[in-house]
Amino acid sequence: MSSPSLPSQIRDRRARRQRIMVTPEGVALPLSIGSRGARAGALILDLLILSIATLSLSLIIFGTALGTRIEEGLAGLPGSLEFLFVVWSLMWFFAWNGYFMFFEMGPRGATPGKRIVGLRVASRDGGRLTPEAIVARNLLRDVELFLPLVMLLVTPSGDGGAAGWAALLWFLVFLLFPFFNKDSMRAGDLIAGTWVLDAPKQKLAATLSTEGAAADGSSAVTGAAYKFGDDELSIYGEHELQTLERVLRDGRQDAIDAVAETICRKIGWEAGSGDERAFLEAFYAQLRAKLESDMRFGKRKADKFS
Amino acid sequence: MKAPTLSMFTRKAEIEATPDIEAAALRSDRFRLQREGEWRRLEDILHRLEKGKLRKLSDKDVLELPALYRMAASSLAVARETSLDSATLTYLESLVQRAWFQVYGPRYGLTTWLRQFLGGNLSRAIREIWLDICVALFVMVMGTIAGWLLVARDVEWYYSLVPTQFTDSRVPGASREVLMESLKVEESASGMSAFAAQLFTNNAGVSILAFALGFAFGIPSLLLLIYNMAVLGAMLWLFSSQDLTWEFAAWLSVHGTTELFAILLAGAAGMHIGRKMAFPGHKSILAAAAEGGRRGAQVMVGVVLMLVFAALLEAFPRQLAGQEARAIIGIFMLLFWLAYFFVYGRDKTAEDTA
Repeated sequence: MSSPSLPSQIRDRRARRQRIMVTPEGVALPLSIGSRGARAGALILDLLILSIATLSLSLIIFGTALGTRIEEGLAGLPGSLEFLFVVWSLMWFFAWNGYFMFFEMGPRGATPGKRIVGLRVASRDGGRLTPEAIVARNLLRDVELFLPLVMLLVTPSGDGGAAGWAALLWFLVFLLFPFFNKDSMRAGDLIAGTWVLDAPKQKLAATLSTEGAAADGSSAVTGAAYKFGDDELSIYGEHELQTLERVLRDGRQDAIDAVAETICRKIGWEAGSGDERAFLEAFYAQLRAKLESDMRFGKRKADKFS
Repeated sequence: MKAPTLSMFTRKAEIEATPDIEAAALRSDRFRLQREGEWRRLEDILHRLEKGKLRKLSDKDVLELPALYRMAASSLAVARETSLDSATLTYLESLVQRAWFQVYGPRYGLTTWLRQFLGGNLSRAIREIWLDICVALFVMVMGTIAGWLLVARDVEWYYSLVPTQFTDSRVPGASREVLMESLKVEESASGMSAFAAQLFTNNAGVSILAFALGFAFGIPSLLLLIYNMAVLGAMLWLFSSQDLTWEFAAWLSVHGTTELFAILLAGAAGMHIGRKMAFPGHKSILAAAAEGGRRGAQVMVGVVLMLVFAALLEAFPRQLAGQEARAIIGIFMLLFWLAYFFVYGRDKTAEDTA
């Protein structure tokens, strides 16, 4: 896949992951499918957390057991050791099988790994996420993940012959399942009727148009008033506006200088220096005012190419 | 995770300064500033809900949640048509989404779910996959008969069928005494619970695999059942050749009735999903798969519970109890499961589980 360069291409790729869910009261709710990369990252994080937790618990249990002499076979174990062994084997089973289920049944519907990368599990039909669905989607993990990985390690040695290669191919189908459907569901999602969505936590940023030169178009530094004409404002579209918004919110001086210079060149102004922020704030406010009023009349300009 | 800061220890200001609505140059920003307070209030309620601090919510908050949610949703609809402030839009989208998950995700706790599950949902799910259970049962019986016949025709089959861990003393040609020895009653329970834990984790892993394979293949899942039962058939032949059929059956039935039943259910649940996807009826394939999957998952939770029972039975009564006690326990367990799955809860009205 070539890296997208044009803003329209970036938007297309983002739009491909957008879904509209109509809630029971008829509000169209935008959802966005979690990207495969984010999901892989979440899985790796979860496996790391699990491994570290189970290994450290094992070490604690073994450390306790070291005090007693280990005899041959299970039948020769003294009572205390035997109890520790039971605890250890049950811990292992329930940790590896229950971790995902326990966390996904919580109010956030996400494992710690998913929470870190900002994903959550949801039901595909817009109903509630039931415990059955969570159990179902996590029971298939063996076939989707562990078996294919084992096969990948074993098959190339050629012991299984043709059957081994066939099995490997078959399991790879399950491993690569998310790449074969547009909702990037794994097989577990398919049989549970779930999908994994982006759940970003956003803080509400301050309004830009109440501060600085955005409000009245005049600079606090020089007192100069910036007024842009219609033809100067009609160069850019919504994509550039939102880029400009990001630059203003980040507030990095070098980016502000570069953007101000670019805009000046584009609209044919003489680029001054020392007052770039006020210039950009004024430009931003007036461009947004123009685009929003056009929007009310049903005219939208996506970017400078449209 | 938030980084710890000093401000953690200071109380938040109760009321933030009201934003200067008139100062905003843009109409869309004025719209936003008018509603910001309510959005923040909703966000605060959501935050506490997600933390699981239900007790900290006042009745007023709970009652307001749906109203605030609808308000935010309509704000989003308006903002999309009038505002180009991407910060506001992304914030609102994530806010409405979070609110939607809380408003339409009335979850009951794990205990409530378990009570409903044991109180009828499990039995209902098992009754719903009766057809697959019949197929799996037929396959397992066939497998047992096949194992018996193969070994009866040619003893060499015994060595290729039965895994080496069982062929310690239990080989064709072994005398009656040696075979009796393998069925003997143990004197003490030492080491038994460890044995049980091992059995459980191993069997539970195998049955989860059988379920998952049932979805992935269907056919190999059946083959797995056939092979395992063929081993049983072969050993049955071995013991019967020395007139120990009854003793062997009693020894096996203690946990076997539970364990074989659980494996039967696991295979059937996996097959059920495959069958639903192959023959979805008037539903879409995805919907049929989801329905079958949820049903299968319920059965699988039941299977894991059964395997816990089976492991306990295998470790203690099988090794410690005598001949008749073994048979009685085995038959009782079988009747218990049958009654629980197919008789219990038949007349109950279905509770809402969707």
